[in-house]
Amino acid sequence: MAALAPVGEVVREPSARRAAGVSARRRRRLNAFRYLVFTVFGLFFALPLLAMARFSLEGAKLGTWSVTAWSQIASYQGTQAVGIPPLISSIEITLELAVITCAVIVLLLVPTMIWIRLRVRWLSRTFEFLCLLPLTIPAIVLVVGLGPIYNRIQRVSLSALMLFWVYVILALPYAYRALAAGLGGLDVTTLAEAARSLGARWLTVIVRVIVPNMWQAIINALLLTSALVLGEFTIAYLLLYNNLQVELYSISRNTPNAGVLFATSTAALAFAFALLLILSYVGRRRRRSRG
Amino acid sequence: MAVAATTKTGARPSRAGRRLAVPAWTGTVPFLAYVGVFLLWPTGIVVVDSLKNPSGAWQLSNITELANPLVRGYFIGSFKLCLLSSVAGAVLGAILAYAVASGNPDGIVRRLYLSASGVLAQFGGVTLAFAFLVLIGPVGLLFHASWYYDFPWGIGLIYTYFQIPLMVLVFLPAIDGLKIQWREASENLGASAWQYWRYVGGPLLAPAFLGATLLLFANALSAFATIAAWENQIAYVVPQQISTALSSEVGLSNVNVADLLALGMIVMVAIVMTLYVLLQRRAARWLR
Repeated sequence: MAALAPVGEVVREPSARRAAGVSARRRRRLNAFRYLVFTVFGLFFALPLLAMARFSLEGAKLGTWSVTAWSQIASYQGTQAVGIPPLISSIEITLELAVITCAVIVLLLVPTMIWIRLRVRWLSRTFEFLCLLPLTIPAIVLVVGLGPIYNRIQRVSLSALMLFWVYVILALPYAYRALAAGLGGLDVTTLAEAARSLGARWLTVIVRVIVPNMWQAIINALLLTSALVLGEFTIAYLLLYNNLQVELYSISRNTPNAGVLFATSTAALAFAFALLLILSYVGRRRRRSRG
Repeated sequence: MAVAATTKTGARPSRAGRRLAVPAWTGTVPFLAYVGVFLLWPTGIVVVDSLKNPSGAWQLSNITELANPLVRGYFIGSFKLCLLSSVAGAVLGAILAYAVASGNPDGIVRRLYLSASGVLAQFGGVTLAFAFLVLIGPVGLLFHASWYYDFPWGIGLIYTYFQIPLMVLVFLPAIDGLKIQWREASENLGASAWQYWRYVGGPLLAPAFLGATLLLFANALSAFATIAAWENQIAYVVPQQISTALSSEVGLSNVNVADLLALGMIVMVAIVMTLYVLLQRRAARWLR
């Protein structure tokens, strides 16, 4: 066992070792293969996005350039006749939903996870199962069963913000995995024992000792949750709420090829991309500071 | 073990006298209640309602409706689309994952592809259908693909766009887990690259690969936004038909159609995910 351990460590840094193990001719072939693959897949992934961006910059005449569509994002009125509110209001709703969902998921998940880790270990398998369950229950199935529940919610409030109740469930697996990765790297027991023996209450242990040690994981969970909320369509659409994706869908149905459609889509995608890029940098900084 | 010690010694001293002894698991009640109301209850409603008729009486014969040719057609459509997009996504994604894994682990390419995969695997949805519409649809900027609105192929291509990134995300750890020593050992014994992949790398990665393919299958099965934005007139797959059944009450009379279709999906996903878990367990043997 002891002899195997360092070998296992080496694998965590695959590239350098791998390159050294492969003969020079093979390495050249491998590099040619890699560049070919990156070019082909890069084109496959980039072309639809570029096409969308180009289309959003289309002028009045085919082949000309203009930023009209982009400047319309703030003022696009929707098609009131068919009951579509202005675009900007659905953007607002979606951003607010992202914030609320993030807040609820952190308040719900972080204390529970720490608590289970500290005091109720026997629940942890069940807990993990429940958190990952939404991955196996498609949103379209969930929405069928949510009908009666949302009927009751709508008696209290008709606001589209009520979608956050179910968005928390959708984001649960992603947030759970991000948080579990952060918590797994901590010696929670020792931290808690140290704090407790200095007289801290459990609340203090969680809020002032453990949470500050897992900020990175919490930020990861928040970014993943926001990205999910920004892209959610199925549930909002079928429960007849208007979030950004539903709005885009309705615009495309009523005024096909509206430039504003592609401008907003491009902007939303760029925003989500920025969020996830931040996430990958956050993750890298953490690795560095450990190594 | 140490946790138990904390519980016993740490929790008691000062406050035990003032407070009633509340069991520790009560701390998880808010979470359990939330999940109960918004995840377990809706799922229960689907299962129960699918076995009732619209007036609320039990009617177990509903299950036989799943064999109805019309209903079966949607499941076959779903199966075709999921199979096509998951196999294509898995093969192409595995190639891309290998290219990514064989580079610098902290390099810009790897980071770019990983974060792009994170976005693109998640952010499929409506936007993706728009992007392909302006690329190869009737008003395509690149060209106009006459098969854009053909059922398994046009939408299959669009699905592949989010399946490949997902494959990269789930398959990369398996490739990273291939030990360089195995490669060196096979080279020292005179194996060619083909022989290495045929007898060492391939068999090692096979369970992980199949598992990932199943995950992609389940992913395609539950996707709805993309296909809804692609074509909203004709229903080809189960999610589309659930949507239609929810918004209009016509269809098979005498049965809660949406619930029944949803039950069918739950069963399908459950089978796929069980196989996935079994394969993951098999794959994990080598990935330590």
